[in-house]
Amino acid sequence: MTILIAILAIVFIVLTFMVVSKTQSILKGLSKSEVEESEYLGAPDRYNSANGVGLFVFWLISIVGIVWSFIVYKKDFLPEASSIHGKETDYWFWVSMIVIMIGFFIVNTFLFLFSYLYRHNKNRKVTFYTHNNNLEIIWTTVPAIVMAGLVFTGLRVWTKITSEAPANAEQIDIMGKQFGWTVRYAGVDDNQFGKYNYKLMDDAGGNPMGVDFSDPNSFDDFANASEMHIPKGKPVLLKIRARDVLHSVFIPHMRVKMDAVPGMPTKFWFVADKSTADMRAELGKPEFNYEIACTEICGRSHFGMKLLLVVDEPADYEKWKKSQKPLLTENPDLLNKVPDNLKAKAQKYTSTEPVAAEATPEVVASSVLGNSSKVLK
Amino acid sequence: MSTVSQVEVHEHSEHAHEEHHELGFIRKYIFSEDHKVIAKQYLISGIVWAVLGALMSVVFRLQLGFPEMDMAWMKPFLGDWISLDNKGLGKLDPNFYLALVTMHGTIMVFFVLTAGLSGTFSNFLIPLQIGARDMASGFMNMLSYWIFFISSVVMFVSLFIKTGPAGGSWVIYPPLSALKEANPGSGDGMTLWLVSMALFIVSSLLGGINYVTTVINLRTKGMSMDKLPLTIWAFTFTAILGILSFPVLLSAALLLIFDRSFGTSFYLSDIYINGQALPNQGGSPILFQHLFWFLGHPEVYIVILPALGLTSEVIATNSRKPIFGYKAMIFSMAGIMFLAFIVWAHHMFVTGMNPFLGSVFMLLTLIIAVPSAVKGFNYITTLWKGNIIFTPAMLFAIGLVSFFISGGLTGIILGNSALDIQLHDTYFVVAHFHLVMGSAAIFGMLAGVYHWFPKMFGRMMNNSMGYIHFWITFIGVYLVFFPMHYIGIAGFPRRYYQWSGFETFNTYMDLNAFITIAAIITVFAQAVFIFNFVYSIFWGKKASANPWKSNTLEWTTPINPGHGNWPGEIPTVYRWPYDYSKPGAPDDFIPQNVPYSATPESNLPEENELIAAEKEINSIKYDTSLHD
Ligand code: HEM
Ligand SMILES: [Cu+2]
Ligand SMILES: [Cu+2]
Repeated sequence: MTILIAILAIVFIVLTFMVVSKTQSILKGLSKSEVEESEYLGAPDRYNSANGVGLFVFWLISIVGIVWSFIVYKKDFLPEASSIHGKETDYWFWVSMIVIMIGFFIVNTFLFLFSYLYRHNKNRKVTFYTHNNNLEIIWTTVPAIVMAGLVFTGLRVWTKITSEAPANAEQIDIMGKQFGWTVRYAGVDDNQFGKYNYKLMDDAGGNPMGVDFSDPNSFDDFANASEMHIPKGKPVLLKIRARDVLHSVFIPHMRVKMDAVPGMPTKFWFVADKSTADMRAELGKPEFNYEIACTEICGRSHFGMKLLLVVDEPADYEKWKKSQKPLLTENPDLLNKVPDNLKAKAQKYTSTEPVAAEATPEVVASSVLGNSSKVLK
Repeated sequence: MSTVSQVEVHEHSEHAHEEHHELGFIRKYIFSEDHKVIAKQYLISGIVWAVLGALMSVVFRLQLGFPEMDMAWMKPFLGDWISLDNKGLGKLDPNFYLALVTMHGTIMVFFVLTAGLSGTFSNFLIPLQIGARDMASGFMNMLSYWIFFISSVVMFVSLFIKTGPAGGSWVIYPPLSALKEANPGSGDGMTLWLVSMALFIVSSLLGGINYVTTVINLRTKGMSMDKLPLTIWAFTFTAILGILSFPVLLSAALLLIFDRSFGTSFYLSDIYINGQALPNQGGSPILFQHLFWFLGHPEVYIVILPALGLTSEVIATNSRKPIFGYKAMIFSMAGIMFLAFIVWAHHMFVTGMNPFLGSVFMLLTLIIAVPSAVKGFNYITTLWKGNIIFTPAMLFAIGLVSFFISGGLTGIILGNSALDIQLHDTYFVVAHFHLVMGSAAIFGMLAGVYHWFPKMFGRMMNNSMGYIHFWITFIGVYLVFFPMHYIGIAGFPRRYYQWSGFETFNTYMDLNAFITIAAIITVFAQAVFIFNFVYSIFWGKKASANPWKSNTLEWTTPINPGHGNWPGEIPTVYRWPYDYSKPGAPDDFIPQNVPYSATPESNLPEENELIAAEKEINSIKYDTSLHD
């Protein structure tokens, strides 16, 4: 902070000094000359060359700065892709980046070079050059062709990413709310989601996701508000929804982003190809965790909507699923919501029959605002 | 706005008004119908807003660059928005952070770069450059400014209400903006935002219709469309864009007002908030986004086209060389205008919109890059073999071209829906649009101010201060926004109060601090400009009538043009505006009102043939008097 203030102070002192000294010279100048109607006040002044040279020097220094900063900061660019489509979009990102970087350097070089070369000089003869159709055609078609190439590849990748998810995809219901995420799994017994309806949502009653317990498919559904597990190497289909305002599921390492919209479920499917353990080993960071963030402004704690993502080996994943307690088990009061004719079936989940309770390995959610883990009571 | 009137008094009192009866002070300087006065009113309002918007960015940049900082020292002017934590450190309230970002965006896009830029220069230059005594309707023009003024007051007042100004970002997506329970900024602040924007839209429609009508109907003798300066083309296209797209925003806002206050469900469906399920069903938040971006995308061209227009004029004049590819420039602008209407959904690739639509919008978006590129190339070729005079205006114009290129290129990546998945709503986007639209347009505006200041105020701005201003700002802008790309590529989401809660975004603290310092220096360097501006209005060196040796008609007016612009007859136009350094001509410029018959030494063969037509042009009878 002190550095900041010091820098500011210096800048101000310098500016004040320059302004004051300038003011004086202007005042002196004014009294001397009364201007003529036709005086050429815009004639190049003594700084003209300096400005022209300055622009080019600026550019040369910029090139050094850009290259240097790129090298220094590159290590955190596009955090290691861990999904199959992510590797592909990363590839095309860098291809496009190279293309635009070439454009960037060429065009800016011309701009600043011309500023330098053609700075005013009394003896220069200006070329009266109004148009050149060939040139115009060339520099219209060249970008058009480059664009066409990028569009073509982009479309291919986009179509693939947004295609229908494979039938065997592991489905996860993920819901955004102010301010946290809750995920729901279809359960291990029927592997079918129970229906949901926003009118059934009831935080106080232990049903924040509005699961419809008159649908027997819901009985074995389980939910989690602090972490999401997915299997490695298997398609995962996120069925995304929001219950209050817009949110957006962003999994940086997976190159996944899709808005969560109240009243309009959305989806995104992908295949993670590196487990959490793989990444820890690869990065040499035993603390590493995948994270899910929110990228659609949703209010005060938009910046704190974190959900941990754990990518398991498929076998571990199945084990984890088995260890999770269905909603009914977690909160037996929910049995009241089950219609009488289905109570018998539902009771299987509320009785305190011990589920193979294996402690979930690793990660404990440390929600920034401590709000996400409260949800399920 | 007392500054405006002050300025005017000094300006005009020494110049008796020739062709009109004297107007009282209020009609002349406050409720004036003179386009030049209205332009200055817009300019000064725009500058005031820009200062406010920039200071807001300083506050939130401090939060981002130095999240641990003690902000208690800002308590005197931010009041309750700074809360003291248990250690006694002052912390910015996260709700207020969002409100600041929202106000910053709204102010910069609408109040500074739409009203301040188009309002100033369309008003000032259209009549002067096409040779008209005033706008088609001076009264509507005045109304346009004062409605904008009321809109500004409403927006300003919203900064001071208890729950704070609107806080749902400048795009005000519902349901966040529709539900008071969701966010304090969605309460009264949002209501005022909507009222203010509705007024703003009315104002900008009144202005736009006037601009188009004036350009179509009030051109002077001989000023055919192919002799219009590129500035006028740009303003006209801008006005058309505004006329066609702002009404859509108005309807979007109206529906939002209904949803907020009258229980309708245009944008609301299936919502559970504060322990309660709302009755609204069947609405679509995505509908709002379509309507919003139907304006929102053209809006970015509304912001940049006038800046490009001003730049064309400044670059040609100061390169002492015709603008290269005059027709290509017009066609590119026309193409941009047309395409601007059909690319809006590139802001919505990941909203859950049908992926096929995504493909279509990706295709259209990448097409719009082509005319934009052509414009860049044409500017650069204009410099080639010119004889460049680096006035402050010219420096800012060159800066604009550089920003427009650097920022435009990243648009190619963002327009690619597959790549946008990762980059959408990250700092990559923030970096992109601040360069291509924000900084470029601000530079266009500054170039315009430096260049037309002599015509506006009859005095010159100080060059040396202009150079200092340019160099700090130009370097500063790159230092602020270039590293932001890096932060974006690393995935940092925008509209975040802080990132430290995420391990993934726990890097780059140094870069963020660096950006903040660069931003503070850049923002405070604008003081040099403000000083120069105010100082020069009163004590600047007296201007000559045509200080830059420029060709367009405004420079044929007296040093301080009165109401009606030309004391005598309006000049007749014979040639295009870019006859700079014509071979054979004694001078390196030939103004538009010099007939070919007077310049036999420099005429091109086909121009000699036009001499015969000059008599015809002269005999046209227009009624160019000022109507009351
Ligand atoms: C004075 C220099 C400026 C600085 C340092 C600056 C900085 C920023 C930053 C850091 C953000 C992102 C805040 C966040 O997402 O949390 C932002 C947002 C924004 N800025 Fe600027 N900006 C500046 C000037 C401008 C200008 C000239 C424009 C004109 C177009 C502009 C328009 C916007 C818009 C539209 C947003 C988005 C607001 C939103 O997310 O709702 N800014 N600015
Ligand atoms: Cu959110
Ligand atoms: Cu757009």
